[in-house]
This record gives sequence, structure tokens and C-alpha cells, in this order.
Amino acid sequence: MKTIDDIVARHAGREGPLLPILHDVQAELGAVDTAAETRIAHLLNLTRAEVHGVVSFYHDFRPERDPRPVVQVCRAEACQARGVEALIPAAEAAAGGRVRIDTVYCLGLCSVGPNARIGDDLHARLDEAALTALVERA
Amino acid sequence: MGYEKQPDFGTPASGATVSVTLTIDGRELSVPEGTSVMRAAATIGGDIPKLCATDMIKSFGSCRLCLVEVDGMRGTPASCTTPVTDGMVVRTQTPRLEKLRRGVMELYISHHPLDCLTCSANNDCELQDAAADVGLRDVRYGYDGAHHLGQKPDLSNPYFAFEPDKCIVCSRCVRACDEVQGTLALTVDGRGFSSKISAGTTADDFLSSECVSCGACVQACPTSALMEKSVKEHGKPERSVVTTCAYCGVGCTFRAEMRGEQLVRMVPWKDGKANRGHSCVKGRFAWGYANHKDRITSPMIRNSIDQPWREVGWAEAIAHAADRLKNIRDQYGSRALGGITSSRCTNEETFLVQKLVRGGFGSNNVDTCARVCHSPTGYGLKTTFGTSAGTQDFDSVEHSDVILVIGANPTDAHPVFASRMKRRLRGQDGRPGAKLIVIDPRRIDLVRSPHIEAAHHLPLQPGTNVAVLTAMAHVIVTEGLTDEAFIHERCEIDAYEDWARFVSDEKHSPEVLEAVTRVPATELRAAARLFATGGNGAIYYGLGVTEHSQGSSTVMAIANLAMATGNIGRPGVGVNPLRGQNNVQGACDMGSFPHEFSGYRHVSDTETRNLFETDWGVTLDAEPGLRINNMLDAAVDGTFRAIYIQGEDILQSDPDTKHVAEGLAAMDCVIVHDLFLNETANYAHVFLPGSTFLEKDGTFTNAERRIQPVRRVMDPANGYEDWEVTQLLANAMGLDWNYGHASEILAEIARLTPTFAGVTWQRLCDAGSLQWPVNDQFPDGAPVMHVDGFVRGKGHFVVTEYVPTDEKTGPRFPLLLTTGRILTHYNVGAQTRRTENSTWHPEDLLEMHPTDAENRGLADGGWAKLSSRKGETTLRVKVTDRVAPGVVYTTFHHPETQANVVTTDYSDWATNCPEYKVTAVQVMPSNGPTDWQEDYADLTERSRRINHEPAE
Repeated sequence: MKTIDDIVARHAGREGPLLPILHDVQAELGAVDTAAETRIAHLLNLTRAEVHGVVSFYHDFRPERDPRPVVQVCRAEACQARGVEALIPAAEAAAGGRVRIDTVYCLGLCSVGPNARIGDDLHARLDEAALTALVERA
Repeated sequence: MGYEKQPDFGTPASGATVSVTLTIDGRELSVPEGTSVMRAAATIGGDIPKLCATDMIKSFGSCRLCLVEVDGMRGTPASCTTPVTDGMVVRTQTPRLEKLRRGVMELYISHHPLDCLTCSANNDCELQDAAADVGLRDVRYGYDGAHHLGQKPDLSNPYFAFEPDKCIVCSRCVRACDEVQGTLALTVDGRGFSSKISAGTTADDFLSSECVSCGACVQACPTSALMEKSVKEHGKPERSVVTTCAYCGVGCTFRAEMRGEQLVRMVPWKDGKANRGHSCVKGRFAWGYANHKDRITSPMIRNSIDQPWREVGWAEAIAHAADRLKNIRDQYGSRALGGITSSRCTNEETFLVQKLVRGGFGSNNVDTCARVCHSPTGYGLKTTFGTSAGTQDFDSVEHSDVILVIGANPTDAHPVFASRMKRRLRGQDGRPGAKLIVIDPRRIDLVRSPHIEAAHHLPLQPGTNVAVLTAMAHVIVTEGLTDEAFIHERCEIDAYEDWARFVSDEKHSPEVLEAVTRVPATELRAAARLFATGGNGAIYYGLGVTEHSQGSSTVMAIANLAMATGNIGRPGVGVNPLRGQNNVQGACDMGSFPHEFSGYRHVSDTETRNLFETDWGVTLDAEPGLRINNMLDAAVDGTFRAIYIQGEDILQSDPDTKHVAEGLAAMDCVIVHDLFLNETANYAHVFLPGSTFLEKDGTFTNAERRIQPVRRVMDPANGYEDWEVTQLLANAMGLDWNYGHASEILAEIARLTPTFAGVTWQRLCDAGSLQWPVNDQFPDGAPVMHVDGFVRGKGHFVVTEYVPTDEKTGPRFPLLLTTGRILTHYNVGAQTRRTENSTWHPEDLLEMHPTDAENRGLADGGWAKLSSRKGETTLRVKVTDRVAPGVVYTTFHHPETQANVVTTDYSDWATNCPEYKVTAVQVMPSNGPTDWQEDYADLTERSRRINHEPAE
């Protein structure tokens, strides 16, 4: 548990340290699992329930490591209006078991949808070919 | 009529004194400022539908069912989160609101199982009520879509079940756990439609979670999602009786909810002034012992303790007991007889036992279990302040700025008060929390647990309380932090100056005493400064203070500290002994000590004695009688021959078990009056079955001097309330007692005891409770004492020289053992071991520091032999850094362990309160029980044989 202790120590003294800690744990360990929740709760003098409540609220925090690359596809109202639903079967077929397709609701680019995100990179005006290519390159 | 829940006003009461006038549904009313519209409507009998609101927790505004219309306000605000304003005009029932509410209800019901007829909450369900209130006739959404049905129930907690299917995720349980209990064990997992209540992480169920099973969530739940298993089993209650819990000194008020003679559940009463609607796992759930198969309901006798018991009728048992007592009295004199009153029994029962001993047996050989817990409190506070009692009510903690906890573990031993203390420590509504100082050899939960962190923890060496408190006084006096105005106005100046000189001596500095106390001087100095300068300072203490050779000195050192800092006589401050048993205060008040009549008046005082002699028509002994330990000594010497013990198990609870056994075995007649064949009964000749607190009327007095009614909710299984049994025995001894009800005994107590002068059964029933003194000066009682001056006149500082105990560690016994309690068990465990509470704590464990464990080759969970100069026992080890190296800790709840086999007969210099908290011990690996344990197990088995013969 050295790494979690290190991450928590990094944010010591900060107001509201839980979310930044969880982001770092997710980024560095690939998941915020039960053991991590328990350790973080102990170090921050919170209950396991409090930490779990926060972790489970945000989809970005994964209970288990998943080494697959991730493509986030927006399926909110604006992107639906611009036809994202029709692209999904092809994207999923391209992903197979190798890539994880995550549904998100709004990437903030409604006028230029359908949109997707890989890491910190945003991709707009996707059609089937563009999205499939994105998935294949991911 | 029949069963009704206690009214729920939806949101908590406002404490404001300014009132606001508004109109609700055409009716004008005035309520305190800050009251919600929902609560205001409820006070005039209105009923705004609600699901996420309940008056034990703050409003949340999530269910959207309590919408109202307010003139001049846009939209339909939620009545729970909308405070009243002057001149406000509110409408709670309009066609528009009905339509909105029906729409909301449809969504709730669209995925709620409609199995109302077979549901355990049928007719006791707020969701059902709300559906009826809004006139729900149809649900347009059907049940084919996504739903939450078919989820696995969590039955892990022995007392309540969680059925997620029935849950509407109103989060009342989560908020009750946060706000009321302060454990924060629950959360909402996920979000949106997939939200569900979770007890911790996905790896947790209710039992493995941080839940302490206080029941606040069950009480808060509007449906049957969280429901007592006893309600599932027995059905909805049909009537309820308000009574007082018989566990710890907090004295929670409960509604005993009944079906016929069957107790269905105990629900904390929101109007209870000690608990304010809260409860713990013991009072709320651990009442199953009342009907446990071990309970004895028939009197039994035997001629000698190696014989089996013989069941007899009451008449034969009482005659047999009285004959033996009379014969012994004739042969050996009155002083060969004695009795022990119980802090578990009512004031009335206790009063009668001491009356029987003094007036019937003819000696003052009466003592009580307070001897072994809070007798130093009585002595110390009487000497310094003039009253043998704590100075505050529990509400006082809400006004504290610095809380000093010494030798107490409230989260385990006084959990309901601990929840209130923790709420003050966490701070609330923008008001910062109080600061906390903990003086304890062990890192108790209050030192660090979620959202609680002590500013200072002074992990002292057991037995050095006086040195630590004197060092704190040294800092306060030498650094000029005393409250001179308070001292000069309220205290004896000569005594103060003597004391100030004493504590100022360099040899009492934290630096010099560090060698003895092992408390870092800088930490101690900081704690002392904080206590003296941090605002309202309150001291809470327990048996870690009293159960020492210097117990009385420590109590007086605490009183000195409070006086020196001016922390007496107003809310938020004071000296607060947390009493162990439900009626320790009352048992002491009732004249249970060998030297005192009720109201703490010495037996040698002729005027007082005459008062009792005239009232009782007997002649009373002017000489103080024997204390428990002296009775046992005298029994071994052959001068003390018979004892009547009501509701106490001295063999398990008193120190040096072998000595107790020897004393009991030497007596000609031991009468045990109890629910169970307890350990003491192994040495008894007469067993008189007792009644539980559910089976009797009377009063208990809690740690805040609050006298509260105990009410009979079912007939005694043994046939008699305990005071009736004492009366039978008294009359068989030739006394002529004719009490028809406990209230008549209370009237006698009030007649003979100045501090109880204004107490009557009727007044207690009307007011709910009264805090003594209740007399001409304080007609309605006294929540805070010493407000305008100390009861003794001027406060008296006492020089408290630190004298190390004679119990010393050495090469053979290098560790110090200290003992305590755990949340789920109570005292010797006679009740709680006979309930599901054993799920959490099936055995006593020995806590030991990892270094000490490693040095001895002991692993967590391994068996160890614990030995002292007095005896030895075996138990399993829990390796933890809660205790410091050199210190070990255990509980004394289980007779298999008999922790008191190892404790010594050293005791407090003033009161003989045993030194349970310091025993030099050695701990070594072991592979089985000790000879004592095996012999004792044999004895127990032999001694509990009963020949079931038909009673005459």
C-alpha cells in the first residue's frame, strides 16, 4: 500500500483532498478498488462508506483494472440528434474485446457532434468511418 | 386507538426564541423562527406528504412530495426546506399540488414491489401512507421497464434486515447514521437510477461494515427496507409503553412496543431528555435475555452448595430464607448479616433492600455495586463541591468548547451520549467543533475515528492519573491561566492558596513527572493551556478515574482543575462522571452505603437517624456497617455469616475472584435474587428469581441526576416485581410492610430525603423526568448544579499528592493490565451474552502491542496465559497498537475468562473502590485453560444442577 500512502501524503493539508487523490490513484494504479477505498478512508479519517459513495458516483473511477484502451462516445441528446446511435454498432464491432467503448453524456461540443474522446483528445464530426478508424487506432 | 407511531414533525425543532406568525390553509399560527413550513403545518395537525424528511435529521429536499404553494413565491417550494416567514400564507392541499404529488408518487411506485399485504411494514409504512395521501389510483408507467426488484436482502445484522427491493433511496438511513449516530457507515452507491444504499464498500455487508447497530437507520426508514427482524417475526405492535432503558447510566427513554405480552421492539422515544430519540445496540435490540431459556422463574433452595437446587414455591423459599437469617441473627448477632443493593434495580427496590438490612437485619451492613465503580465520585465531589453527583445535564455538551475525557470510553460504554458529544466535536451548521483532549492509556475511538480527532491524546501509564492532572494544574497555575475572579468569588481562598503552592512546586511540572506518567511534557503543557484558555471546558470521566488506589484523589484533582479554570456552574462546563450502570446514581442516592442514609446523610447523625427510626418504627445502628470487601473478609474470619444480594454478580464483577469465592463459601446463608443463576449463585443457598425492567414499575436515576419512570409492560415471569420479593422477605422477618405499588415507596423516599422532597410518581409521569435536587429551592429540579454558588458554600480545593500504587511491575510481572468494556456487551454480560450481541464479541480478548506480542512469540488470535500475583486465566490475544508497549487490556464480560481472577485487592484509599485498572501481569503463550478455569467450570456445572420437583 506504499503507493496509496504516497499519493495521499502528496495531497496532505489540502482542502477537500479526496477527489484529487482518487484521480491520482486511478491514473497511477488503473483502478480504485475496495482495498484502496479502505486505505484512503483510514488515512483521511473518513469511513469506507464515504469514500465508496464518492468513488461509485463517478464512472471514471474503476473498481478493477482494465488494461484496454478506452474510447468515450457521447450519446447525449445533441449527439443523438446528429446521428450517433447509428454509428454505435460499427464502433462496437471494431472494438471487439480489445477496446472498451464507454458511453458518456456530453463532451461540450454539441454543435459539432457526434463526438468522442480518447485520453485528453477530442474528436468531432464523426461518421462511421472516422469513428471506426478511431477505435482501431486506439 | 391502538398502535400509533410517535408523531413525526418532518424537520427538527428550531431552537429560536423569536416567533413568527403565518397562515397555513386558512389557519393562523405562531411558531419559532427557523421552523420549516412542514413542521409548522404538522404542529397544527396538518399532514403534508413526505418521504425524505423525518424530524430526527435535517431537511434534505429530495423527494419532491412535500411541495406547497406560498403566496408571493414562484413555483411550488418544498415545505421541508422552506423556513416560515412573518405573514406567510401557505396552502398545502390544492388541485395543482395534488397533481404534482401524484406524478411524483407514480414514479416511486413504478418500480416498488406491490406486495403490501404480505409486507412486514403493512399499515406501518410511510410510502403506503403517502400513496394514500396523494390519492394514487393508477401508475401509468407499468412495471415492465427497468426496476430494482429481485435484489438479494442483506440479513447479516442479527437484529435487522435490509431489503433493497423495498428501498426508495430517500437516504434517510444514510443521513441518520451521519447526523444522529455520527458513524457514517452508510452511503448511496452509484447514482441516478442505479443508486442503492450501501454499508461501506462493495465488499461490505451490514455486519462487516462500520455500522454499530444503533438502529437509527431502521427508525428513519419510511418503508420496510430496513426493518427489525422482531417485527418481521411477531408482526406490527398493537400498543406501546414509555419506559427507561436498564443498561448504562445514560438512561435512554424508549417506547416498548408490544403485541399482547410479547415485546416486539424497543424504539427510542424522541421526547426522552437523556437520549433525545437516539439509542444504541444494547437498549434498542439486546432485550432478548428477558425470555432467555436460562432465566430462572421458580424460587430454589438447598442446604449446602454441593447439593443440587430444589425448586420450591415462593412461600417455602421465603420462609426458609427468613428462618436461616433469623437463626444466624440469634446466634451471631445482627452484624453477622448484611445485604447488597443493585445499581441495576430501581430506586424503590434499592431503598427497600437497605431498609430491610438496617431495619430488619438490624445492622448497617449494606453496600452496593457502586462500591466497585463510582464510590470515589461520591466522596471526591462531596468533599470539593458538596454534592455526590455530576454537575451537568447531557444537553450541556452542546455548549462546550473544550472537552476533556479521562478514563472513559464513551463510544463503547455510553454510546448514546457519545453520539451527542461527537456531534459537538464535529461542529454543525458552520459552528466549529469543540476541541478534544483524551487522557487514556489506550487509543480509544475518540482519539481518532472518522471526523473525530483529539487535539491531544495523553497516553499515560496506568495508575498515574493524579500525576497527570497535577501536572496540568501546575501548568495552569504557573502560567497564570487560572480564573482568579471565579476562585475569589466562589472558592475557599486559604485552601486554594495551599493547593496553588502545592501544584506550583517544580516537582509537579510535566517535565519532572514525565518519568512517571510517560506523557510527553510538551503535549501535556499544550493540553493544559487548551483546557484553561479554550472557552467552556467540560470534563467527562469514567471508571478509569475511580477504579484506582487514588480514585478519590483523581476525582478531587478533576474538581480542582474545573474550579481553577472557572468551569463550574453554567451550561457547557462542569465535572461529569459517566455512570456505568443504569442506576448507580440512584443506588448511591438511596442510602446503599454502610455509612449513609438516603441523601448522603451519615448514620451517626442523630437527627437523621431519629427521622428514620420514627418513620420506620425501629431502632437503627449508629455505627457504619461493613463494605463489600469487609463483609467478605469478615466471612472468612467467621464473624459475617449471611448475605442477601439483589441483582449483582459479585463473583464475576468484584476483584480477586478467588477471595470473593472464599468469602461466599464461608457463609451459612447466601441469598441471591437475580434473573439467572449467575456466578455468585454457585455459592448460594437460596435463589429468589428476579424480574426484568420490563416487568416492574419504579424509577431509575441516570448520570445527570435525572429521575425517570420505569414502567411495567408485561407481568413478571417470576410472579413478583423485585421490591415485592424484598417485602415478602421483610415481612417473613417480622416487619410489617404494606407497599402496594412502587409509587408508595417513592413517596417514602421523598418524605425522608430532602433532595427528593418534590418528587412524586405523578409528577414524573407528567414531566417525563426530573433532575434532583427537587425541593423548595429547585421546584422543577436542577439541570446544572452550583449555578449561584457551591452546595457546600465555597468550593474546596484539595491537595492531591501523587502516591504510586503498591501494585508494581517487576521481572515476573512486567506488563500492566487495565480492563474495560466493549460496545456490544454490558458489565458482566449476564444480559448481553444471552442476546445476539455476542455476534460481535463472542469472547474477551487481550489487547497487546505488536512489540510485546512479538517478544513473547504471540500471534493475533493465539491463546495466551494471563497471570498476576493473584491468579491466572487464558484468553486469546488481539495484537494492536491501540495499547502502548508495556500495557495490555481486556474486557470482563465473559465468565469463561474471569478477568477478575487476576485483579488484586488493592483499592481506593478513601472508599475501597477496587483498583481494577492496574494489575502487574505476565502474558505467555498457552495451549489451554488454566487449572482455575477448569476447576471453576466443574464447580459451575455441579452448582447449577436443578432437581425439578413439582412445587407445592
